[in-house]
Amino acid sequence: MSSAAAIDAPANAKRRRQVITPEGISIPVTVASRGARVGAFILDITIFVITIFVFHMLLIALFGSALAASAIKDAAGITGAVEFVIIIYVLFMFIARYGYFLAMELGPRGATLGKRIVGIRVASRDGGRLTAEAVIARNLIRDIELILPLSFFLTALGGEGGNAGWAGALWVSVFIAFPFFNKDAMRAGDVVAGTWVLETPRLKLAKTLSTSGAAQGTSEITGAVYDFGEAELSIYGEHELQTLERVLRDGREESIVAVHETICNKIGWRPGAGDERAFLEAFYAQLRARLENDMRFGKRKADKFSDAG
Amino acid sequence: MNAATIPASRGPTEAEAQADIAAASLRSDQFRLQRESDWERLDWILTQMEKGRLRKISDQHLLDLPVLYRTAASSLAVARETSLDAATLAYLEQLVQRAWFQVYGPRQGLFAWLRGFLFGGWSRAIRAIWLDICIAVFVMIAGTAAGWLLCAQDSEWFYRLVPQELADTRGPGASREQLLETLAVENSAAGLSSFAAQLFTNNAGVAILAFALGFAFGIPSLMLLMYNAAMLGAFLWLFSSKGLTLEISAWLSVHGTTELFAIALGGAAGLHIGRSMAFPGQLPILTAMSKSGKRAAVVMVGVVIMMVVAAFLEAFARQLVGGEANRFLIGGTFLLGWLAYFFTYRPPAIGDEA
Repeated sequence: MSSAAAIDAPANAKRRRQVITPEGISIPVTVASRGARVGAFILDITIFVITIFVFHMLLIALFGSALAASAIKDAAGITGAVEFVIIIYVLFMFIARYGYFLAMELGPRGATLGKRIVGIRVASRDGGRLTAEAVIARNLIRDIELILPLSFFLTALGGEGGNAGWAGALWVSVFIAFPFFNKDAMRAGDVVAGTWVLETPRLKLAKTLSTSGAAQGTSEITGAVYDFGEAELSIYGEHELQTLERVLRDGREESIVAVHETICNKIGWRPGAGDERAFLEAFYAQLRARLENDMRFGKRKADKFSDAG
Repeated sequence: MNAATIPASRGPTEAEAQADIAAASLRSDQFRLQRESDWERLDWILTQMEKGRLRKISDQHLLDLPVLYRTAASSLAVARETSLDAATLAYLEQLVQRAWFQVYGPRQGLFAWLRGFLFGGWSRAIRAIWLDICIAVFVMIAGTAAGWLLCAQDSEWFYRLVPQELADTRGPGASREQLLETLAVENSAAGLSSFAAQLFTNNAGVAILAFALGFAFGIPSLMLLMYNAAMLGAFLWLFSSKGLTLEISAWLSVHGTTELFAIALGGAAGLHIGRSMAFPGQLPILTAMSKSGKRAAVVMVGVVIMMVVAAFLEAFARQLVGGEANRFLIGGTFLLGWLAYFFTYRPPAIGDEA
């Protein structure tokens, strides 16, 4: 992820939230998109189905002959070995169904494999600890969000229950659709458990701009010294400063030239050519020094339209 | 340089950093350069934890994690007031968020949690939802009575209440001998343990459903309880109409005291959530729900365990142990055991358990 994407990505502006940690620090978080949630869930189901399939294959490979033998005989003649296989099978299915999500989300990463791949995880909505109880609650509720609607739809499709069957199916589909009716994309289980699913960010620390290049005022290419006066530095505010920062960090030649020209026109300098980057670096460092200095005295200038203080 | 062994030295070396700090013309950049190595170290620890490479992290690092987290958090607070470097702010924000995930992530694994659960957590949660348990038990008794009375009035009701595959040979037309036959003991244990496993998944599934339905204000939970109790009432009527009241009660009590209790608890857990949705009291509704949801989840884990016990009792004890006195003894002992465990076992709560 580039640093520019993190500074302002309007796509997820609607999903930005603040969490207050127990220390009283507010942290900006991004709620996972519904698409990411669905993607993670499909991945999890795929992993689940493959595991079940492999388990079946394994059982058949190991005990297939015993099972076939007992199928020929009557059910009454069930042998100890076959019974053992059936028990293993039934218990494995139960544990797989409820245990997979539980054990994964109780780990230090708070996410199933699917969530990890997509880059999201479960967190407590109140900023406190994600407790085991919460993880258990949110995963048990999955029964009415997935299994119940599925079984209702299957019976409705089979024609049993007629219109009442379809009415029931419609009613339970409210549970599936739940995440689409609240802004935090919480499913019923999240509501009951007091959790939500957040994006897990990863950013590299970008280099400081004020220690490199012409930030000290002297261009390395031409040796020119850029020194801006009070009037020139009082035009722009924080918004323009951060736009400039993004342009410098991205380092695209055409935008540097364009921004250089705009600034020169604005502050009344005659734009030269060939030394745009050094100019911008110097301007950035001095503008930031000025704005940060004002900031320490409680004066902030949001953008070029607002007055400082 | 090997990041795995000396995580703090991934960034610029000490001398370079000093030169950078001196060169930085901005006070906010000086601030950043002075703390950068701490941030990088925290970043490294977090990355290892996120990738599941816990063994790479030494004890010293784990001990430092909360300290580094607070340092980064205070750096963020200071930077917000003094720095206009958007990249640094964005980096700090994600760093503090990731550290928060780890510091306030799930602390106990499944097994550590289970231990706390068995030694106190379970009975505490049960006592916390006592009112819902009372309501659930009342609904089940009312349902049983309703099932009985309906069938007593018109035996057609039996077929409406009990699905055919469940009734099997047991119907109003069956003779006393046929009914008595179904209560008899099996001659061998063969096939019973797989029967137990299937019983368990069925019953646990029903209980979890009763709980999850609590999300719809608890009403479907109560309906599910009511219906299952009505089925029970219909069976009781059937057997007692042939003069087998004592026999059916004994037969049921072996596993029923555990299983029906567990079903009542599952319904009560669902009702607990539903009740806090409808009547959140002083709390905001989402807070009230998550509080009751966590309490109910603890009860539900207990319900699943009770279902395991019930399935074993149903498959083995009930099918192998004959005689009313013996059956009542087993069922009664289990009921007393559960009640004693839930209501008289009160160890003090440990730590920050909810």
